[in-house]
Amino acid sequence: MSEITKTQVAVIGGGPGGYAAAFMAADLGFEVTLIDPAENPGGVCLYRGCIPSKALLHLAKLINEARESHKWGVTFGEPEIDINKIRSWKDSVVSQLTSGLGSLSTQRKINHIRARAQFKDAHHLELKDLNNEKQVIRFDYSILATGSRPTTIPKLFIDSKRVMNSTQALNLEDIPESLLIIGGGYIGLEMGTVYAALGSKVSVVEMLPNLLTAADRDLVRILQKNLDKRFERIMLNTKVSSMKEVKNGIKIQFEGAEDQIFSKVLYSIGRTPNSEALGLENTKIKPNRQGFIPVDAHNRTVEPTIFAIGDVAGEPMLAHKASAEGRIAAEVIAGHKAAFEPAAIPAVVFTDPEIAWAGLTEQEAKDQKLAVEIMRFPWAASGRALTMDRPDGLTKLIIHKETQRILGVGIVGSGAGEMIAEGVLAIEMAANANDLKLSIHPHPTLSETLMESAEMVFGQSTHVYRPKRNR
Amino acid sequence: MITEIKIPDLGENVVGGRVVSLTVKIGDLIEIDQPLFELETDKAVIEVPSPVKGKITDIKIADGDEVSVGMVTMIVEEDSSAEEKSEPQQEAEKVLPPVAIEEPDQDNSEPISELPEETNTLPVIAKRNPADIAPAAPSVRRFAREIGISIDSVPGSGPAGRISKEDVKRYSKQLNARRGSEASGSAAIFSETLPDFEKFGSIERKRFSKLRETAAKHLSYAWATIPHVTQFDQADITNLEKLRKQYSPLVAQAGGKLTVTAILIKVIEKALKKFPSFNTSIDMNSFEIIYKNYFNIGVAVDTEHGLVVPVVKDVNQKDISQLAIELTQISEKSRQRKLSLDDMQGGNFTISNLGGIGGTGFTPVVNSPEVAILGVSRSQIQPVYLDGTFVPRLIMPLSLSYDHRIIDGAAAARFLRWVCEALEEPFLLSI
Repeated sequence: MSEITKTQVAVIGGGPGGYAAAFMAADLGFEVTLIDPAENPGGVCLYRGCIPSKALLHLAKLINEARESHKWGVTFGEPEIDINKIRSWKDSVVSQLTSGLGSLSTQRKINHIRARAQFKDAHHLELKDLNNEKQVIRFDYSILATGSRPTTIPKLFIDSKRVMNSTQALNLEDIPESLLIIGGGYIGLEMGTVYAALGSKVSVVEMLPNLLTAADRDLVRILQKNLDKRFERIMLNTKVSSMKEVKNGIKIQFEGAEDQIFSKVLYSIGRTPNSEALGLENTKIKPNRQGFIPVDAHNRTVEPTIFAIGDVAGEPMLAHKASAEGRIAAEVIAGHKAAFEPAAIPAVVFTDPEIAWAGLTEQEAKDQKLAVEIMRFPWAASGRALTMDRPDGLTKLIIHKETQRILGVGIVGSGAGEMIAEGVLAIEMAANANDLKLSIHPHPTLSETLMESAEMVFGQSTHVYRPKRNR
Repeated sequence: MITEIKIPDLGENVVGGRVVSLTVKIGDLIEIDQPLFELETDKAVIEVPSPVKGKITDIKIADGDEVSVGMVTMIVEEDSSAEEKSEPQQEAEKVLPPVAIEEPDQDNSEPISELPEETNTLPVIAKRNPADIAPAAPSVRRFAREIGISIDSVPGSGPAGRISKEDVKRYSKQLNARRGSEASGSAAIFSETLPDFEKFGSIERKRFSKLRETAAKHLSYAWATIPHVTQFDQADITNLEKLRKQYSPLVAQAGGKLTVTAILIKVIEKALKKFPSFNTSIDMNSFEIIYKNYFNIGVAVDTEHGLVVPVVKDVNQKDISQLAIELTQISEKSRQRKLSLDDMQGGNFTISNLGGIGGTGFTPVVNSPEVAILGVSRSQIQPVYLDGTFVPRLIMPLSLSYDHRIIDGAAAARFLRWVCEALEEPFLLSI
């Protein structure tokens, strides 16, 4: 075995959590080693998740709008889809971003080692590189950022080119005639939106009575109305009991619906944290039953030298939560008194319309029996929404009854994902309805819906007549 | 049934401690009262026994962890025959929605047992309810954390109690002012930055034991706030030593060891009665003297774990023989780290006897909030000029450190002289 290299901070995993942590640690003056098998940082988010899916969703939106524009007097012909070109365009976006990260990493003098790592103890890692060559490095601190992967159920899912997970679906091998999406969560609905726009007949099966279970029903309802039009079928309260490869596709047996054959199947039933094969048994760290690594408010594990961030450290499994945690972990290592204590972690579903929310949901407020006021501003009353012919939207505030503090924001509508950031800021700053109401919002924009829903608290919304009821 | 084992109430003023020697592991079957771990608190090492019988399914602490009263340390499944099914989750994570697939039916007779119930199809949002977070901007919350202020206790001056950075600063100043008046001026002490010792040679850093940490803080406080003066004197204990040897077997029969310290406890009790200003504490906030009508004497005991000061209670109600027995017991308890917190609280005056080790004199530090401490050094045969000739006498050097804010030099000299005379003429004690 070669000589032991030393590093101050070893970051395992180069996703949005890992590289944010590594960059922050380097910016704080540490000598950092980033361990990831890929050529450049990026992780699932850039290579197999957020970024490629958003590139494809952009195309889906373009296709859908072109299809609908005849209503406004502009008619395009049927689009010609060149799937190879789409794929290479998507890949070029990914490679532009990841190589950018690569040079940012080099500029910060981060030592990027292309390998997989296993703990030998709370100060040593054994790295196995792409040629299976091993080396040991000693670290003062380590940040585990190994992320997650699509959950599978080996006994149900069969090994077939026609059965895909989200990674394979993003590879866009072909445009199947029919596609069944198992799981009505955000990944399934986003991929379904892409494939439907490209021409597949998309069906969704969900065991629960609702799509997007964590989001408020009034937001989902508006999305679902649109999906009903674009998708072939949405089967709720329905279970998949078996799948079998037949000549033209995959035969699915449902519980509560008749058998059906689909050209392809995409399973998107959730993600599993990558906490195995990391040599954790050589440390005191024990993943919990769900596979998450328990951490404290500083993202420190039970081993004082080891931190865990991102998907592997718990819900919600979102890139922006991972980055925020990564930066906290680096700061804590630098001795700063930092803790991960957000008031709101926004969630965005990039369907069409988009759904986004932050802070408390209406359902959570109800469950916790909190005294809140709910303000809903329908986009039909928004000038901007009508100029885009997108009245299918709703902006909602969840407000503390007594202090009028903004506790939660929920938006469904075109561009909701961009708008939610203002909601996050309002919640983090402990803004109250009056603050939002008195901040002048540009006209005509969708952001006015936030201001107007705050005006509704006082019965003074300009574009909705709803006088204040006597309390 | 699942039971959470929490850190028990540890008595007055004790909010927590450090876990040492965790003796159980996950999966262990435990009995009621079986020791689970030891807790090193500010004052003593306490064994934490199990309140229940069952199987440990989760342990949330490790050796060295700082824990506080009420914290959950482990989870015990009381019915040990139960299966893993009710194993608790380590974190208060949201229960995630199940997935769109369940066990296959008759077509595939094998049930999907590893169906991952934890999978979810959604981003699950914020763990904390924003209504529970102090109404302050993230930068203000960070600022408070950095200067060691709990944002939740800062009163906000903005609308609906919103907290500004200025509010945090104001609160911090108030807190400092309050602490400053408590410490009466000790706020002016700065800590010096340590040099990089590794430049000079290899070093090893070892964390203070909880005992050492508490002693260090306590002694710094006492040294910084009490204007110390030390008075020296010596007592001729030739006669006393004869008496001590004479009565030792008697006391030994009763299970005690008749030591000079045991006798000194009695002497000090009488001296405190004679000089009441030595049996006081002072309240600098109200400028009051607190006179005590009880007589509890602390005795410094050197143990391998560090210095402890058990307190012998109500010494005025005990004779020397009883005091000797109690002192023997309490010293033994100290060495075995079995002192309860109660054993170490409520002292009025402390005796520190280093005579067994040696030395001709030392200046002990007053054990605040007491106002005086007696130091005893090694007794030696010395030539004493008596009736025109030098005679060999056994001389015991004594030092009395006292709080000059309440005790004047003359009073201290008289007090210590009285103690010496009482040792020289034990008959004085009974008068």
